[in-house]
Amino acid sequence: MTDTAMTTEAIKQEERQSKIRANLKARHAAEKRFRSYGLVAIGAALLALSTLFFTIISNGASALFQTEVRMTIQLDSTLDPETMRAGDYQILIKKSLRDMFPDVARRDRKDLYAVVSNGAWYELLNHVQANPDLVGQTIEIWLPAADDVDMLMKGYIDRELPESDRRVNDQQIAWIDALVANDAIEKKFNTRLFTSGDSREPELAGFAGAAVGSFYTLLVTLALSFPIGVAAAVYLEEFAPKNKWTDLIEVNINNLAAVPSIVFGLLGLALFLNWFGLPRSAPLVGGMVLTLMTLPTIIIASRASLKSVPPSIREAALGMGASRLQVVGHHVLPLALPGMLTGTIIGMAQALGETAPLLMIGMVAFIADIPGGPTDPATVMPVQIYLWADSPERAFVERTSAAIMALLAFLIAMNLSAVLLRKRFERRW
Amino acid sequence: MAAVEQVVQSEPGTGRVKMRGDNVRVYYGEKQALFDVNLDIYEREVTALIGPSGCGKSTFLRCLNRMNDVVEICRVEGSITMDGQDIYAKDVDPVHLRAQVGMVFQKPNPFPKSIYDNVAYGPRIHGLVSSKSQLDDLVEESLRKASIWEEVKDRLDAPGTGLSGGQQQRLCIARAIAVKPEVILMDEPCSALDPIATAKIEDLIHELRENYTIVIVTHSMQQAARVSQKTAFFHLGNLVEVGDTEKIFTNPEDERTQGYITGRFG
Ligand SMILES: Nc1ncnc2c1ncn2[C@@H]1O[C@H](COP(=O)(O)OP(=O)(O)OP(=O)(O)O)[C@@H](O)[C@H]1O
Ligand SMILES: [Mg+2]
Repeated sequence: MTDTAMTTEAIKQEERQSKIRANLKARHAAEKRFRSYGLVAIGAALLALSTLFFTIISNGASALFQTEVRMTIQLDSTLDPETMRAGDYQILIKKSLRDMFPDVARRDRKDLYAVVSNGAWYELLNHVQANPDLVGQTIEIWLPAADDVDMLMKGYIDRELPESDRRVNDQQIAWIDALVANDAIEKKFNTRLFTSGDSREPELAGFAGAAVGSFYTLLVTLALSFPIGVAAAVYLEEFAPKNKWTDLIEVNINNLAAVPSIVFGLLGLALFLNWFGLPRSAPLVGGMVLTLMTLPTIIIASRASLKSVPPSIREAALGMGASRLQVVGHHVLPLALPGMLTGTIIGMAQALGETAPLLMIGMVAFIADIPGGPTDPATVMPVQIYLWADSPERAFVERTSAAIMALLAFLIAMNLSAVLLRKRFERRW
Repeated sequence: MAAVEQVVQSEPGTGRVKMRGDNVRVYYGEKQALFDVNLDIYEREVTALIGPSGCGKSTFLRCLNRMNDVVEICRVEGSITMDGQDIYAKDVDPVHLRAQVGMVFQKPNPFPKSIYDNVAYGPRIHGLVSSKSQLDDLVEESLRKASIWEEVKDRLDAPGTGLSGGQQQRLCIARAIAVKPEVILMDEPCSALDPIATAKIEDLIHELRENYTIVIVTHSMQQAARVSQKTAFFHLGNLVEVGDTEKIFTNPEDERTQGYITGRFG
């Protein structure tokens, strides 16, 4: 090679390097820009999430407490808890109120009675029936105040408003203030919210019925969709021949995952209720409808996790003389199971939050009793939230938020367990 | 060729044909991968399959224990017999066949289970042992035969996947011999291993030859020369030449064989 050739080569080399350097600068800038976009996106998502949590918690926190009134009730020895009815207990409560405020004129008594919840008698009844030996004594018991009183105590009703615009009148405010002065009215932890079924009276309403309904519904969904989904995925992935038909099935499963959930509700209405004659509003049917909806999710997740099991494991087992079923049972399934469970939990979380299809099969009815089994009429958490959100009483607003908090807590717990499961069982090979 | 001097001349086998391929043709879909292969595998000998990449060595090997059955597009024609019996006959259960013809793969693939369970897997699924102590003995015996016992005897409960590559491959060999197969197929068993681990496996093959018939695919001429008694050279799906290893490496008949073993193409 000549000297000139060498120098031109060196010059060319130098040119190439400077080009790369210039290019490098642009590439680094692009990367920086991309990162900042990502950060902004994540920041926006977190902001939205924290706003959501903040509003829900600040709205719902006060529902954890309920105003109660301390009442002195005389249970005369002539009373017989076996034969006493609602009216008898109401009379006792009214009498106690009159004794507390003996000067109230006859025409104002109705307003006085309205301080205590309409359904307070029921708690008194339960208390007396649980302790029959109380008959003949004078007892002291905390009974729930009416929702308007509760709202006043919590500061949601403005005392400055003109009386006609206020749901609590001046006289009632005076009585409440008197009760406060006597320590006879207090905000106590609202156990009813967690242990009672729905009620027309917000102060007595709880989401236990809906939670139990959700529990039964999810139980049915899980019991149906997990085995069916896993079996379908295992068959499609490990046993089925790969041909037109399995391709078609695969496409259809993916389509099914995208079908609006209300369609499944209509299907459930036509099939399970009208055709099979299963009971309306029952978690059994709800679970079956949600199974239709969750199956594609579980099948798709299960197939993905089966696919991720390295083929070398299958070959090793086949080479040892394991049958197809043994290969799957001994090796593939244990390795794929964490992924399948993760998919199932995510599917369950979706099902837990699902409302629309359940409306179609009548799970939207007002049901005060806590369901005792999967065939009892029930509603579910999201439907309960929908029902409460639709109620005019101010006291239901905070309860709606409280129910949302409970639902979110369940969802977070489920998703967390999915993550933990994955972490715990993640294997390397 | 340097390898020639290293050809180990140990006791020949029984001279009996263990497995025989007769006009074996294999198709993957439309594509033919093997053309009329006629190959005899002798009992208690090591038969090496050599040839350039893609010539069909693995394909032939996998025909011998019907591992190709699970490849959907794969079709095998012609006949392959073991002890005179057609292994593709209707009444032959591939699961049973694979208990008699074990396989060791290119990449060590222990199960993600304990070392003990890896070795015990075959005997368990085939119901070969009736008691725990019998199984313990069998596991120890297999690990000893695969010359890995000393290295793992204190950690039989540790996962097999936690061993080094060479140890994993010996574990896979132990797993294969735990069911006492008659034939062991090895598809490039040392390709993922360093020279020391490779030497160990080769020693092991020597020992195993006393009891087993071995077919090994290898890309290393030296390895073929060191471990095998018979060598078969494949090229583009054809079996070009087969014979005593010594003869193939010193005096091949076909010039393609000549070219391949001297490294002129590959
Ligand atoms: N599962 C398969 N599907 C389609 N074609 C295949 C399949 N397996 C192997 N083949 C084809 O069959 C031919 C032989 O492959 P084979 O794996 O037997 O080669 P080989 O000799 O083992 O090669 P190597 O030394 O690279 O392992 C190749 O052309 C390959 O592309
Ligand atoms: Mg190969």
